Amino acid sequence: MYSYTQEQLDSIKKVEATRQERLSNLHARMTAEQKDAVLKEFHPDYIEGAYETLKVGPNKGEKVLHELADLLQGKSRLEPKKIDLKNPDYDVDVLVIGGGGAGSSAAITAHANGANVMIVTKLRIGDANSMMAEGGIQAADKPNDSPAQHYLDAFGGGHFAAKPCLLEKLVKEAPDAIRWLSDLGVMFDKYENGEMVTTHGGGTSRKRMHACKDYSGAEIMRTLRDEVMNRGIPVVDFTAAIEIIKDNEGKAAGAVLQNMETGEILVAKAKTVIIATGGAGRLHYQGFPTSNHYGATADGLVLAYRAGAKLLYADTLQYHPTGAAEPTQIYGALVTEKVRSLGAQLVNKDGEAFVYSLETRDVTASTIIRECKGRGNGVKTTDGEGVWLDTPMIDIIGGEGTIEKRIPAMMRMFGKYGIDIRKEPILIYPTLHYQNGGIDINADGQTTMVENLYVAGEAVGGIHGRNRLMGNSLLDIIVFGRNAGKYASEKAKSVKVGKLTLSHVNDFNKELKEAGVNTGKLSPQLLPNYKRQDM
Amino acid sequence: MEKMVNVYFFGKKYEVPASLTIMKAMEYAGYQLVRGCGCRNGFCGACATLYRIKGKTELKTCLACQQQVEEGMYVATLPFFPLVKQVYDIQKVKPTEQIMMQLYPEIYSCIGCNACTKACPQELKTMQYIAYAQRGEYEKCAEESFDCIMCGLCSSRCPAGISHPQVAILARRLYGKYIAPECKHLLDRVAEINEGKHDESMSEIMNKSLEEQKALYNSRDIEK
Repeated sequence: MYSYTQEQLDSIKKVEATRQERLSNLHARMTAEQKDAVLKEFHPDYIEGAYETLKVGPNKGEKVLHELADLLQGKSRLEPKKIDLKNPDYDVDVLVIGGGGAGSSAAITAHANGANVMIVTKLRIGDANSMMAEGGIQAADKPNDSPAQHYLDAFGGGHFAAKPCLLEKLVKEAPDAIRWLSDLGVMFDKYENGEMVTTHGGGTSRKRMHACKDYSGAEIMRTLRDEVMNRGIPVVDFTAAIEIIKDNEGKAAGAVLQNMETGEILVAKAKTVIIATGGAGRLHYQGFPTSNHYGATADGLVLAYRAGAKLLYADTLQYHPTGAAEPTQIYGALVTEKVRSLGAQLVNKDGEAFVYSLETRDVTASTIIRECKGRGNGVKTTDGEGVWLDTPMIDIIGGEGTIEKRIPAMMRMFGKYGIDIRKEPILIYPTLHYQNGGIDINADGQTTMVENLYVAGEAVGGIHGRNRLMGNSLLDIIVFGRNAGKYASEKAKSVKVGKLTLSHVNDFNKELKEAGVNTGKLSPQLLPNYKRQDM
Repeated sequence: MEKMVNVYFFGKKYEVPASLTIMKAMEYAGYQLVRGCGCRNGFCGACATLYRIKGKTELKTCLACQQQVEEGMYVATLPFFPLVKQVYDIQKVKPTEQIMMQLYPEIYSCIGCNACTKACPQELKTMQYIAYAQRGEYEKCAEESFDCIMCGLCSSRCPAGISHPQVAILARRLYGKYIAPECKHLLDRVAEINEGKHDESMSEIMNKSLEEQKALYNSRDIEK
């Protein structure tokens, strides 16, 4: 059980005192200039000292965060000459690396297209950020909305940096993604007449956020997992991919796998390979806590990079404005943006609202950091500081029972520590949430540099540009998962795999040596290390 | 000085900070978790755990990522439980009472002990949703089971061998696909897109200059 400190309780009194006034008097939206200014001064992406220049590989000369540079330029977990590529343990049409929402969608689609497909995942199928997405999934499916409007919101929200052909696909195929999920039995929140219950997310101009209470990702992921099992698609779990295998023509042709428990090395040969390994929150960039699942360690980026694929926007990360700041047991855990969609405001220690509730995530996170670090208006917490998210406003606005019905997971998460979010506000601070950048692909999901290597989900770069809107990630895992599954299975029909090789790993090692780079890290990292420091 | 407590992982004693969750306490003690650790946020069900406080008889259940340690806690994690998952084709099944009888007949052997409900870390009325499933009331079963994370703790305590989470997901998929009202505006929009009715407005916005796009973005009208 957690009890607010006296200082926190005193601050809550100030929050309560201004609540009535804030209900009717919303904070103004920021102008484009104000947004740019707060981003430059306070967003973690702009802290130069956190970055370094890559010395080897396809993105040589570009800057990425230290933690990622260490892995991209890390040492392979295997010695190529010790791997027997002549007798593969698995031989499939399509190899999917990663068992989250993107990997599962890809596998289901490839299977439906007649391919012999296999999923390999280092934990269990469903141990993924997809499972944890709470707030919802965007799709422009209402009469007052359109794919073009969705495009404009996402393009602007991502600072006009998205790859147009990818964003076009995302918004145009969004309604069909919702239809596909409904057809698989996903329970979207609907009114009695069948109309979808939709809300705003930060940066949306239309209410197009579809949800499954605040278990949106869990409902989608468990349904996809059930479908993978019903189809009998083999899932090799607790097995990580540690290198991509190529053939003598330089095309992707499988992966070297390692059993996470026994260490056994296995070889999977494939006609096409789909990387769907997700994000990187567990690298704790710049010391941030994270909302991500245990295995989010950028493995796919490392695998692809060593195989010669280029990264796009690998320097930009999303810090979700509202990670739990208290109690310490859930420090960094996601407090869904839906809490703000439903009316809760961000408020400083003096009870003052300091930002319009639904600015884009990067802007909102920056204003919270400014409030704490720049203006001294934060509330002291066990792990640092935070600001209030005034949750009791939700039931005042939406009527009693709104919190219980629309955000049950949030009520439960704080309720476990004795905090009733219907009655008390909660303390939040930005948490490392999403990898905006990733591997560069074309509209067919194939990497721009390595043939027969496809990517889907959070491991892709460029769909969202330099910031992602809420609800566009659950959407992209479905749209680009299905897309990769479709094209990779189609391509597999005509692929003749040549002689398998790991010579690119040797080449990369040579390049590292010539550049004098030794980061001392084995990569991919696979899991974070949370053992006690002194052990 | 941080307050410490004594806990027992698989019977072995460790002294850990009292503020930690079971999962973080295991890591503090030196475990590198592979199994029994997933989202670390209470959504994935990977860290189902049983525990008993020294000197007490009651066996408790929890998620290791959500439960704080206590003095004298004897902990056994349940990183895997053999649930029975029946295979079916969602396009061919129908939301009738027969489908449950056919796929999960063991639900009719429920003896009403309610151990499943007591074991649920999500505080779901597990036995109640099984009762709804028995009667083919899939909407109620789907609603009642909605927050299920499929950790399997309910099934680990069930004398009738029921795989509650698998029954529940079948009910939810039947409800979502066959019983929930159809969404007309969604199907209309999909048809419009397939017919190419949005191609023009898409190219129009995509072909504008960056300056025009910026101006449009900054002057969007926002739905109230």
